[in-house]
Amino acid sequence: MASRITIEVTRYNPARDPEPRMTSYEVPLHREWVVLDALNCIKDHLDGSLTFRWSCRMGVCGSCGMMINGVPKLACATFLSDYAPGPVRVEPMRHFPILRDLVVDTSDFLMKLARSKPWIIRTVEKPADEEHIQTPAQLEEYRQFSMCINCLLCYAACPIYGLDPQFTGPAAIALAQRYNMDSRDEGASERLDSLSNREGIWGCMFVGECTQVCPKHVDPAGAIQQYKLTAATEWLKAMVLPRGAK
Amino acid sequence: MLDISSHDVVIVGGGGAGLRAAIAVAETDPLISVAVISKVYPMRSHTVAAEGGAAGVRLDDDSFDQHAYDTVSGGDWLCDQDAVEAFVKEAPLELMRLEHWGCPWSREPDGRIAVRPFGGMRTTRTWFAADETGFHLLHTLFQTSLKYDSVTRYDEYFVTTLLVDDGRVQGVVAIELTTGKVQAVTAKAVILCTGGCGRIFRYTTNAAIKTGDGMALAYRAGAPLKDMEFVQYHPTGLPFTGILISEAARAEGGHLLNKDGYRYLQDYDLGKPELTPVLRSMELGPRDRLSQAFIREQHKGRTVEGPYGPVVYLDLRHLGEKTISTKLPFVRELCLKYENIDPVTQLIPVRPVVHYMMGGVHTDMNGATPLPGLYAAGEAACVSINGANRLGSNSLPELLVFGARAGRAASAYAADQPPPSRRLLAGALEEEARLNDHYLQKRGGRERIADLREEMQRIMEHSVGIYRSGESLTGAADKLHELQERSCDVHLDDRGRLFNTELISALELSFMLEIAETMAQAAMERTESRGAHQRTDYPARNDENFLTHSLAYRDAAGRPQVEYIPVTITRWPPAERVYGREPPNGE
Repeated sequence: MASRITIEVTRYNPARDPEPRMTSYEVPLHREWVVLDALNCIKDHLDGSLTFRWSCRMGVCGSCGMMINGVPKLACATFLSDYAPGPVRVEPMRHFPILRDLVVDTSDFLMKLARSKPWIIRTVEKPADEEHIQTPAQLEEYRQFSMCINCLLCYAACPIYGLDPQFTGPAAIALAQRYNMDSRDEGASERLDSLSNREGIWGCMFVGECTQVCPKHVDPAGAIQQYKLTAATEWLKAMVLPRGAK
Repeated sequence: MLDISSHDVVIVGGGGAGLRAAIAVAETDPLISVAVISKVYPMRSHTVAAEGGAAGVRLDDDSFDQHAYDTVSGGDWLCDQDAVEAFVKEAPLELMRLEHWGCPWSREPDGRIAVRPFGGMRTTRTWFAADETGFHLLHTLFQTSLKYDSVTRYDEYFVTTLLVDDGRVQGVVAIELTTGKVQAVTAKAVILCTGGCGRIFRYTTNAAIKTGDGMALAYRAGAPLKDMEFVQYHPTGLPFTGILISEAARAEGGHLLNKDGYRYLQDYDLGKPELTPVLRSMELGPRDRLSQAFIREQHKGRTVEGPYGPVVYLDLRHLGEKTISTKLPFVRELCLKYENIDPVTQLIPVRPVVHYMMGGVHTDMNGATPLPGLYAAGEAACVSINGANRLGSNSLPELLVFGARAGRAASAYAADQPPPSRRLLAGALEEEARLNDHYLQKRGGRERIADLREEMQRIMEHSVGIYRSGESLTGAADKLHELQERSCDVHLDDRGRLFNTELISALELSFMLEIAETMAQAAMERTESRGAHQRTDYPARNDENFLTHSLAYRDAAGRPQVEYIPVTITRWPPAERVYGREPPNGE
């Protein structure tokens, strides 16, 4: 195995640069190194101004999503040696405004997440010391959607989000559906108000790219198709029953 | 440049403790304005990485007293027993609240919440969400927090100092990462929920963000740090990355093997090997004892030499693919993704790695520090319920119980406080000037952050490791202080305002050096062995002189001065710590 590899990284400081440019660095190619190790090596020893987010380096905090050779990936879970002899191209996640180098502005997702009401909604609370019974089968109904780490690789992969930033997008819809499918929740109709429009669920053309790139196998595309069914059912219920009835 | 905003309660840190505290404030009174200031988006916080579970009495054959006794004996009698008694009573209620908020707890076939065994616990009482309990707990708290309008978030703001006036903490100064703008946030009460500081060490399970910011902020403002000499090594981390392989792997029946395939723990007074897991025995002994056994095994030449130092093996193969995939899916994923090993068919190389700080900002049972207006909760704080060694699965309920308590106490305190002092503005401007003069506009500078950090980690590994001695500790605090002085001459490649992560790294390094010095000093002065603090030159526990908490205060020269206060004993007088066999008194 070659002992060194070239990393091409997007550099961009909006305060100074007219547009992003690519800069090359050469780093050691160790068998156990991931792309994040290469970025840290550059920052520690070659150029301290290289800017990127990272934290847990174990694929669960969701900080280090990037485009690696054009594919949205977690830098901490992508081995350098898979790209030998290189070069490896590292760019900020597509479809988001760049704040600096590899750091993108994800505040749009946070707003959309809050709007989809990702919390348990009930008309009557259980007493403090009493549990809801939830069988393993009921847990399995939503468990997969609850695995979302908010890394936003799915937004970087979604062509609809790329064309229409108003689109609620895969992760926020999957998390809304995670609560809709939870046997403890009664909020499906309330969530529909914010999601059942073109920008919400109906914008999705079922391209499926989101599911392909998800590092936690959440299957947002499946969640969105399921949600469309939920939406149709709730809509029918609303037509037949007076407002507020279940 | 300076922006000013104002809230009743400001929480620094958006992990489990911070979010639980924020919800507690919001539920106390929706008219109280509460801010959560975090250097990362809250769901990135390190609570996310907790794997195994959360302890809370659940089964009929269990009791609060048994959970308390396990905790106190696990902590080698350094826990404050009044705090432990409150903790074990409130833990199940807090875990049930999480259930109501949507936490996907793993279930029994009949739909009731399931519990699993855990190290140092005498019965099964650990609630879990597969082996990603912290992840689910954090996201449940974060998503639930979104429904409270009274919670304002400052995402990606890095707090650089506390604002203190008239002897009271009245706010913080923070840098907004996106813009580089300096922001003063005034408050009637501040709660520090910034977690631990594992990054002071080279091999750690801790995320990059665990740099002890809150501990250093409190210490610099005059609050003492308690029991800093007690550092928990987790016995099973992956060798290169330090990634945690959950204790749940052993709770489900995993074995620790030396180079001969021998379950070596049987040689260290931890019981006899059985095929199925026995509670408080062998692989389900406490973390300090297991990590110490590793070092002794290494000295006997019975570990395996790997590229990143000695390792032993964690063997899960006999559990079978079904158990591994349903009970330990994340363990399998981590092994496959980061070590290219499948635990279904292969042995996992593991070594002890720094995992948790028993010590932290000195607080009472309500999270209050001796500094009026300042509170702390979670790993950043030391109540202490963990004593000299924390039991696995006690930290998640701890951050819930004491996060909520701190939130309620800070709300009550804030209600009686006058509006913030006008003099705070001067303090904030001074801090802004310091950041410019020392970092962004400084000329020259010869030191590189990475070099100083590595040097610090070398000193800590050598002097404040699993085993310490007067010899290894001599001069350690001085060397760390010297590094702190050298860090004033740090050179930044990045002098820009926008998202300057190099500036943040420099500030974090300075925080870590501050805390590292208290660890070395407190370890030097505790001339006994207890729990995670093992002195080869003082191998015995000394209750006569050291049934005490250490308190490190920062003196005028910036050096730690260590004082002691007694441990609170209510119902469990100090006794021998026994694992793997019957205790002499039948306790």
